[in-house]
Amino acid sequence: MLSKKPTVQFNGTKEQEKELLAVIHELKDEKGALMPIMQKAQDIYGYLPYEVQKIIACETGIPLEKIYGVATFYSQFNLSPKGRYRISVCLGTACYVKGSGDIYNKLMEKLGIVGGECTPDGKFSLDACRCVGACGLAPVMMINDEVYGRLTVDDIDDILAKYE
Amino acid sequence: MYRSHVLVCGGTGCTSSGSQKIRERLEEEIKRNGLEEEVGVVKTGCFGLCALGPIMIVYPEGSFYAMVKEEDIPEIVSEHLLKGRVVKRLLYDETVKANDEILPLQETQFYKKQHRVALRNCGVINPENIEEYIGTRGYEALGTVLTTTKPEDVIKIILDSGLRGRGGAGFPTGLKWKFAAANQADQKYVCCNADEGDPGAFMDRSVLEGDPHVVLEAMAIAGYAIGASQGYIYVRAEYPIAVERLNIAIDQAREYGLLGKNIFDSGFDFDIELRLGAGAFVCGEETALMTSIEGNRGEPRPRPPFPALKGLFQKPTILNNVETLANIPQIILNGADWFASMGTEKSKGTKVFALGGKVKNTGLVEIPMGTTLREIVEEIGGGIPGGKKFKAAQTGGPSGGCIPAEHFDVPIDYDNLIAIGSMMGSGGLIVMDEDTCMVDIAKFFLEFTVDESCGKCTPCRIGTRRMLEILEKITNGQGTMEDLDKLEDLAAHLRSNSLCALGQTAPNPVLSTLRYFKDEYIAHIVDKKCPAGVCKALLSYKIDADKCKGCTLCARTCPNDAITGSVREPHVINQDKCVKCGACMEKCRFGAIYKE
Repeated sequence: MLSKKPTVQFNGTKEQEKELLAVIHELKDEKGALMPIMQKAQDIYGYLPYEVQKIIACETGIPLEKIYGVATFYSQFNLSPKGRYRISVCLGTACYVKGSGDIYNKLMEKLGIVGGECTPDGKFSLDACRCVGACGLAPVMMINDEVYGRLTVDDIDDILAKYE
Repeated sequence: MYRSHVLVCGGTGCTSSGSQKIRERLEEEIKRNGLEEEVGVVKTGCFGLCALGPIMIVYPEGSFYAMVKEEDIPEIVSEHLLKGRVVKRLLYDETVKANDEILPLQETQFYKKQHRVALRNCGVINPENIEEYIGTRGYEALGTVLTTTKPEDVIKIILDSGLRGRGGAGFPTGLKWKFAAANQADQKYVCCNADEGDPGAFMDRSVLEGDPHVVLEAMAIAGYAIGASQGYIYVRAEYPIAVERLNIAIDQAREYGLLGKNIFDSGFDFDIELRLGAGAFVCGEETALMTSIEGNRGEPRPRPPFPALKGLFQKPTILNNVETLANIPQIILNGADWFASMGTEKSKGTKVFALGGKVKNTGLVEIPMGTTLREIVEEIGGGIPGGKKFKAAQTGGPSGGCIPAEHFDVPIDYDNLIAIGSMMGSGGLIVMDEDTCMVDIAKFFLEFTVDESCGKCTPCRIGTRRMLEILEKITNGQGTMEDLDKLEDLAAHLRSNSLCALGQTAPNPVLSTLRYFKDEYIAHIVDKKCPAGVCKALLSYKIDADKCKGCTLCARTCPNDAITGSVREPHVINQDKCVKCGACMEKCRFGAIYKE
């Protein structure tokens, strides 16, 4: 797993912190509560910067290095923020044999970023994902929660234009 | 009482192709026509034929509307639901015979050979309503077991049925339960593995979305059998619809007293908690999954001790896959003999496959064990589109292998698949045609395992990477024949020395393609050619001078100015400058550009 270093200034609000503390106090005595807490924390902040991990460590008594270890192990925890529109292209087998690799390459070319990055204006971020389970519609990509299936490389421009 | 029901698929496949909007429009139109007292709309789970989504079925006629568009809805409502005239034009074409007669869905190619046990309720009931589940004999098995059967007899029924784990390895489910039951402890756990990570497999997701209660019921039965009072479902966070429906199902079951304290007044307590994965493939491995539920990095642990002795939180634990569990209530209700009457000698019952890739009818199919690949691909799958030739079917995901056409008639079961160098895995079945490069596919799976290797043990962490590097060398045209020996050597090390199944099985995609498609490897190494035309470094784009009209479009499209030629004269690609992006080929309107 790659280390994911935070690159953006942390801008958490008091309300977010209050919400996080409520979650921690509700869950912390359950067995194996760390991951559910981190998942809720990511829902609140959109990502899991050092500052948020530190709050979790202080409140639960779990060492920060363990939290960092868990955060970097699982691909869904993000240490830096994602774009307003999160594009994920499925590179599962069914999509791959139907050409999702070309779609992914085209997006990297169009957006000028590689997988795992975010455009400088914070608009789009691009990731490859492993099977969203819509194999019947392969090849598939998702932008936030919207699924686009039966894609061809030629569809990309029109789809991105919707988010201008 | 409704006179007619419209079932609209709400599985991930159809939701992705817009079934939510279809359903809303349908409800609107029904209201507009004043039919809301007569026609009920039901959001169901997956029908299986995802390629034709969004799908809806109108009962009692059983009319199967495929690829429904929002603008078709008013016609379906006013013609079919109001006037009783089926809109044949919009039906799935296989259900309309030449003489205009309408075929029941069960008699179409796709459904004819299927036998639905695990998917029994998917696409039939509303998964968000516990009463519909109860109406199809739901929770009857749990009630019977709790009130009339001793735990050891429950285990005996499962043992006798011959049910084996559907997650991939095929370990006898009853045996797993028996081991856990034999270990004494103050607390035991039942876990459900819903971390369906194999790319291309989505049967567990469909069960969770289409029939979540069956999983809860089976877990309670398992809990009773082994003496556990707590269950955990570990489900992928990538499956939001499944998570939502599981949450609804758990709340409803608690409300009805089917989970919680003193179920069916039997004195048996059982409750279930949901835990979400966070995107780590290795967490599908049993010990890694338990480590993850405990709140740690999901790294596997050495076995023994096996989970039946020391599993979750160091207590005796059983872990069953979703599809395995979906069979349990049916086995209890219909008996071990009924289940054992289906399938082959050593693999009983049915198996759900996610049929994908280069095949016409992509979707979910449930077939008796022992069905051949030919039946699945040619009959159920409807063959390969575009008149292309079948090359291989990949089963078992990154742990499995590619089955070539010569084994088309082998009856599919656990043992046969292993004998031909693949494995059942969770049931992804990806069809590949002549345009798929087998070396590239091996590389694709190795990239996957390199990415997903947790890094705890050296053979897997480093071995997979070294194997990938060799494959990259070969697909770049720099491989040597010695590389093939090195691949086999590394594969043997990985297989015998890795800590968990992820590393032990990681070489399978390479070994099986080497076994059946060695000529393709040799073509890459010796001839420096990719026969399927996939590996970029070995391709060159050329212009057919006879077909080229000299329109200059390609030259203007080329990002690297590699194409030259005058207007209305055939153009030429400068191979030294060509970056092989394929943009020219996409743009050419005369099909004059080809790759070789």
